[in-house]
Amino acid sequence: MRPSLRIVIAEDAVLLREGLVHLLQRFGHRVLAAVGDGPALLATAREHRPDLVITDVRMPPGRADEGLRAARLLQSEQPGLAVLVLSQYVEQTFAEELLDDRRGSAGTGYLLKERIGDVEEFADAVTRVAAGSTVVDPEVVRQLLARRRDPLDRLTPREREVLALMAEGRSNAAIARRLVVTEAAVAKHIASILLKLELPPTAPDDHRRVLAVLAYLRA
Amino acid sequence: MTPRTVLEALARSPLGYLRTVWPWRALGFLLSGGVFATAAYLGVGGLFTAPIGTWAAVLCAVAVVVFAAALAGPLERRRLALADRSDRGGGSDRGDRPERRNGLLVAGYGAVSVLAVGWMDLAVVLVSLGIPGFLLLAPLQPTASAWQAVAGPVAGALLLPVSAYPIGAWAGVRAAVTRAVLFPKDQELREVVRSRARLVDAFETERRRIERDLHDGAQQRLVALTMKLGLAALDLPPGSAAAQEVAQAHALAKEALTELRELIRGIHPQVLTERGVTAAVRDIAGRCPVPAHLDIDLSGRLPAAVEQTAYFVTAEALTNIARHSGADHCRITARCVDGLLRLDIEDNGSGNADPARGTGLIGLADRIAAADGRMLLSSPPGGPTLLRAEIPCGRPSA
Repeated sequence: MRPSLRIVIAEDAVLLREGLVHLLQRFGHRVLAAVGDGPALLATAREHRPDLVITDVRMPPGRADEGLRAARLLQSEQPGLAVLVLSQYVEQTFAEELLDDRRGSAGTGYLLKERIGDVEEFADAVTRVAAGSTVVDPEVVRQLLARRRDPLDRLTPREREVLALMAEGRSNAAIARRLVVTEAAVAKHIASILLKLELPPTAPDDHRRVLAVLAYLRA
Repeated sequence: MTPRTVLEALARSPLGYLRTVWPWRALGFLLSGGVFATAAYLGVGGLFTAPIGTWAAVLCAVAVVVFAAALAGPLERRRLALADRSDRGGGSDRGDRPERRNGLLVAGYGAVSVLAVGWMDLAVVLVSLGIPGFLLLAPLQPTASAWQAVAGPVAGALLLPVSAYPIGAWAGVRAAVTRAVLFPKDQELREVVRSRARLVDAFETERRRIERDLHDGAQQRLVALTMKLGLAALDLPPGSAAAQEVAQAHALAKEALTELRELIRGIHPQVLTERGVTAAVRDIAGRCPVPAHLDIDLSGRLPAAVEQTAYFVTAEALTNIARHSGADHCRITARCVDGLLRLDIEDNGSGNADPARGTGLIGLADRIAAADGRMLLSSPPGGPTLLRAEIPCGRPSA
C-alpha cells in the first residue's frame, strides 16, 4: 500500500484545484491546503511543512512563473521537500531550471498538466517524486531525444525506448514491467546504453542515473 | 506619367512645356502671392494717409498685418496646389490636418513667403513679362522710329514665350521650398514605419491575449475533464461496456488537449515573455528536427518588440530549414553590437532559397522591416543558406 502523503496544492483554476484535491484523496493522500497563487503557496507551505508541493507554473499575481519560483524557493528553504511542478506545455528552460538547482535527495518532478488525466500514472508519479525520485515529462524527454541525434543513432530502437524511460525517472523494475521484459534484460540494455553514450557507470541510485541521462541529453 | 510639379514639367520636356498649362499655373502661383502682398501693403499704406490719428493708424496697421499673416498660411497651401499637384500627405483631401499639426509653422512660413518673398515673385513676373511687353508696345512709343515699330513687336513676340521659363523656374523653386517646409517627406515616411510597427505590436498583444484566454479557459477545463473521466474509469468494472465508453471519451479528451497545447504553444511562447529571447530560441531549436548549434551572446533582455521579432524570425527560419533545406544541421548566431542585433541562421542544406517563390521569406523580411531592421539572404544552389536579420536593439554596445 502506498504511504499517505501530506500535500500542499497550488493551482489557480478552481475546477482543476478541486479535481486535484479529489484525485489525491482518492489515492489516500492528505491535502493540507489548496491555494490559488504564489504568495499563498509560500505561506501555507512554510506553515504546514508538507511532504510534497504540487504547483502550477503560471499563477497570480503576475500570471507568469510564480509557481515555479515559489517551488524553487521552498526547496532551498526546506531541504527534503519534494516538488512536483505542472506546466501547461513543455518549456525546456523551466524544466532545466528546476532540475539544475535541485538539492540533496529531494524529489523533483516536471510534468505536463494534461498528465493528470492519466490518474493512475499521475498518482504513481506523485509517489515517486515524494520518495525522492526525479520525474520528467515524457514530452521533455522526447524533445531532448529529438535534439540529440548523432550519438543516439548508435542505439537500437529498444535501447532508445529504455533510455526514454530512464530519463523519465523509472526504475529498472518499472522499465521491465513497461516493456514486458525481465529486469535482467533491462539492466543489460542500460549497460549497453551507458557504454555507447560514454556515460560513467552509474550508481544503482535511479535518481542520479536520471540526472546523468538528462545532463547528457541536454549537453 | 504626367508631371506633377512645374519643375518636373520643365525638366521633362523643355519645349513641350510651353504647350502645357504649367506656365499659366506658374504665373498664377507667383501673381496670387504678389497680389495678396500688394493688397496688404497698400492697406497699411492707405491707413497712414487716412485722416485718423497716428496711433489709430499703427493699431489698424498691426491688425491688418496680423490678419494678412493669418490668411497667408492657408493661402500658401492653396497656392502650392497651382505649382505642385503631387499628393501632399492627404493634406488637400483630408482637410487641414498638417496645418493643425503645426499651425504656427504654416502661418509663419506663409507670412514670410507672401509678405516678404512675395515681392520677389512679383519682380520676377514684372521683369520676365516687362521686357517683351515693352518691345510689343514699341509702336505706341511716340519716339519710336519706323524700324523700331516693326522690329520691336517681332522681338517681343519672340521673347514672350521665353519669359515662361524664368517664371516657371522661379515658381518651381518657390513651390519646392514651400513643400519642403510644409510637407516634410521624412516625417511622412517615419510615420508610416511607426504605424506598421504599431500594427505588429497590436497583433502581438492580441496573440498574447488569445494565448492567455485559451490557457486559462479551455485548457483548464479539458484537463479537469480528462481527470474526471480518469477517476470515473477507476470506479467502473474493468471490461464493462461503460468502462470502454469512458476510456474512449478519455482518449478523445486527451487528444483534444494535445492539439490545444500545440496550438497555444505556437501562438505565443510563455518562455519568451518570462525568460527572453535566448531561452525561447533555445527551446524552439530544441524542438526542431534538424539539430541546431546555438551561439547566442546577448546579455540581459532586449526590448520586447525586438525579442518578438527575433523569435519569429528564428521560428520561421527553422521551419523552413526543416521543411525545405534538406540540411542535417544548422547554426544560430546572435550578437548585439553597437545597438544592432545581428541574428544569423545558417544551414548546410541544398540552398536555392528564393524569396520570389514563396511568401514565407517575404513575410519574414516584412516583419523585420516593421521593426526597422533588414533581412539579408545568401542561398546559392547547392547551399549553404545564410539568413541574416539586422534589427536595431536600442543598445549602445554589447
